[in-house]
Amino acid sequence: MAKQSRLEVWKTYKNYVGGQFPRTESGRSYAVKNAMGKTIANVCQSSRKDVRDGVSAARSAWSAWNNRSGFNRGQILYRIAEMLEGRKKQLSDLLVTQGYTAAAATQEINRSTDRLIYYAGWCDKYQSLFSAVNPVASAHYNFSVPESMGVVGMLAPANASLLGVVSLMAPCIAGGNTCLILADQEKPLAAVSFAEVLHSADVPGGVVNILTGYQQELIDWISSHVDVNAMVCFDQEKADWQKIQEIGAGHIKRTFQWNAKQLATAAGQSPYFIMDLQEIKTTWHPIQTIGGKGGAY
Amino acid sequence: MATKKKWEYSPAPESKQPAAIASRYELFINGKWVKPTSSNYFSSINPATEEKLSEIATASEADVNKAVQASRQAYEKYWKKMAPAERAKYIFRIARIMQERARELAVTETLDGGKPIRESRDFDIPTAANHFFYYAGWADKLDFAFPNKKANSLGVAGQITPWNFPLLLAAWKIAPALATGNTVVLKPAETTSLTTLKLAAIIQEADLPPGVVNVITGAGQTGAWLTQHKDIDKIAFTGSTEVGRIIQRTLAGSHKKLTLELGGKGANIIFEDAPIDQAVEGVINGIFFNQGHVCCAGSRLYVQESIAKKFVQKLKDRISTLLVGDPMDKNTDVGAINSAQQLKTIQAYIKIGKAEGADFFESDCTLPQKGFFCRPSLFTNVAQSNRIAQEEIFGPVLCILTFRTDDEVIEKANNSPYGLSAGIWTDKGSRIFNISKQIRAGVIWANTYNLFDPTSPFGGYKESGFGREGGLQGLQPYVQFVKP
Repeated sequence: MAKQSRLEVWKTYKNYVGGQFPRTESGRSYAVKNAMGKTIANVCQSSRKDVRDGVSAARSAWSAWNNRSGFNRGQILYRIAEMLEGRKKQLSDLLVTQGYTAAAATQEINRSTDRLIYYAGWCDKYQSLFSAVNPVASAHYNFSVPESMGVVGMLAPANASLLGVVSLMAPCIAGGNTCLILADQEKPLAAVSFAEVLHSADVPGGVVNILTGYQQELIDWISSHVDVNAMVCFDQEKADWQKIQEIGAGHIKRTFQWNAKQLATAAGQSPYFIMDLQEIKTTWHPIQTIGGKGGAY
Repeated sequence: MATKKKWEYSPAPESKQPAAIASRYELFINGKWVKPTSSNYFSSINPATEEKLSEIATASEADVNKAVQASRQAYEKYWKKMAPAERAKYIFRIARIMQERARELAVTETLDGGKPIRESRDFDIPTAANHFFYYAGWADKLDFAFPNKKANSLGVAGQITPWNFPLLLAAWKIAPALATGNTVVLKPAETTSLTTLKLAAIIQEADLPPGVVNVITGAGQTGAWLTQHKDIDKIAFTGSTEVGRIIQRTLAGSHKKLTLELGGKGANIIFEDAPIDQAVEGVINGIFFNQGHVCCAGSRLYVQESIAKKFVQKLKDRISTLLVGDPMDKNTDVGAINSAQQLKTIQAYIKIGKAEGADFFESDCTLPQKGFFCRPSLFTNVAQSNRIAQEEIFGPVLCILTFRTDDEVIEKANNSPYGLSAGIWTDKGSRIFNISKQIRAGVIWANTYNLFDPTSPFGGYKESGFGREGGLQGLQPYVQFVKP
């Protein structure tokens, strides 16, 4: 172009913790490169302390999020989808920069948006489907309902920068949990930009926390954190998966490995993913019997 | 009213004769009773008299291998292929024979484990039989259990049961495993193997194909070989959190599915508007049922401050009237502690509680000269951080704390690594729904305590384990989903 074009403003990619965008406390960063090998961003190389801050933010947010109605959580998930739809262009450009074709980028964003809407609809339905009134053989009313596990540590898969994060997060928060997600190491930019989507979608701070960094460095700290109730990852190397389970055994952590090959298919979404991260609570109460005979109270 | 004069009951002893305990028990592998390759046997004693009841085979690693192999063959050859409705009929048969031989099982359970005959007769044995009856009916209805999924069996399940409810927990483990089409290798706790061995005989009598259920006896090492075995697809364990951790670590990175039912420190919460006399009975039942050898025991009592003095006095009065002694006496409320080792653990905790500065009260009942017995007791003036308020004692020792507000008691009740059970006593329905939602535990008893039913899922949050036993939810740990 003949005329001097305006100088582009570059974005700083930071962590998303407790509804804010802090840099890693360690001050470290690593370079993310595009397909041509050119550095496109210096992202946070998060530390053990960042994991602790993330878990602490997730735990603080959990009670209020868990106590929101399913209907309200559904509205917020739907709102995330709306915001994502509005930022299609931004996310698409970002995915293309990280090596996606334009068609693949569009497909990934559309799938992610649709997946959010799918889970938005589940927020006030899975409870009915997986609850039961149990016909106990005594004069008691007895029912079992699913309840969120609490704080979930999640490791995003490779090669699904956005869809991977959405497919982890959506069933987790739909069920009233809060989470700490470690973005894909090689292609973390979409995850960080997705945090901006969350931030503008009425998701309370701390419900979703996203860190960038080296998976090998951070796996131990997430798995061993006593306040992380469950861990979810995708098709980890066997040694890593074994390590996650071994370390988690220290405090009986629930661990799940979901199938990355199914991510882009219909099997990549299911209420059973919500149920993986639910406990079943059973409550008993006596039933009065007039005259008292046979009554349990 | 507390008086020194107690109700006197004439002894009402149950006869030992129906137990028909053999002098020696072998391993039950592939439908047959086989001698252990080690030729080693261990003694099983009656904890109420310290008399030897029988001797029981110690399974070696070779025996464990044999049992798993038999189970695998039975899975491939018979059980996997069998029409689910036929599988169901076998399981119904087991339930029926258990009902028929209920007295034999109840007397054996009490002689072997020390629990009052009233409990084994009215609770353990009938509930165990009902569990088989309940899950039998699921065998041909699994397509209805999981919406939009088809549930397939896993293969061979390795199961390890504890000593507090030996036959009942064998039923909790075997019944859903068989109903979902799995075969079983089960190891009972070494101090209480007898009713599980009798169950094996019942399974033989019911003519199940050989190898579908195998029972291997022995101590922790036998269990370790079972959990480490490569040809096992599922481990179900009930026991301490400490051993649960070891098992979870052992299974890390493997394909084996895992269910853990571990320890607990159940919070039993009494609000000032509770029906006081019923609540006193509920607290007594919550902690002294089965000598307090109950993972979901209500061992942490939270009483609202305004009624604490009166409530604690009523508890002391009631504790003093509990009949402690011969488990075979039909009047007995609190029987024998399961083993010398467990008695030592309980006594150590009582010492710890005193050293921590809590006030100790125990029943002034006289204990039998022989056997392992412990007076029902309670601690008041306990701090939340005291070890006796945080750790599982697994005995007839109640820790009492107080609270003022709902928020405070929710915070305190949840301040525990465990999350198995809780009790709430109040007359206010909205409070029950609030507190029961906020407490992080798998089973909540409101205005009642320590109830179990085959249709009702049981299992913990946090370090009390994962997976559920009982009810529809109890099927899932034994299946894998395939596309419909």
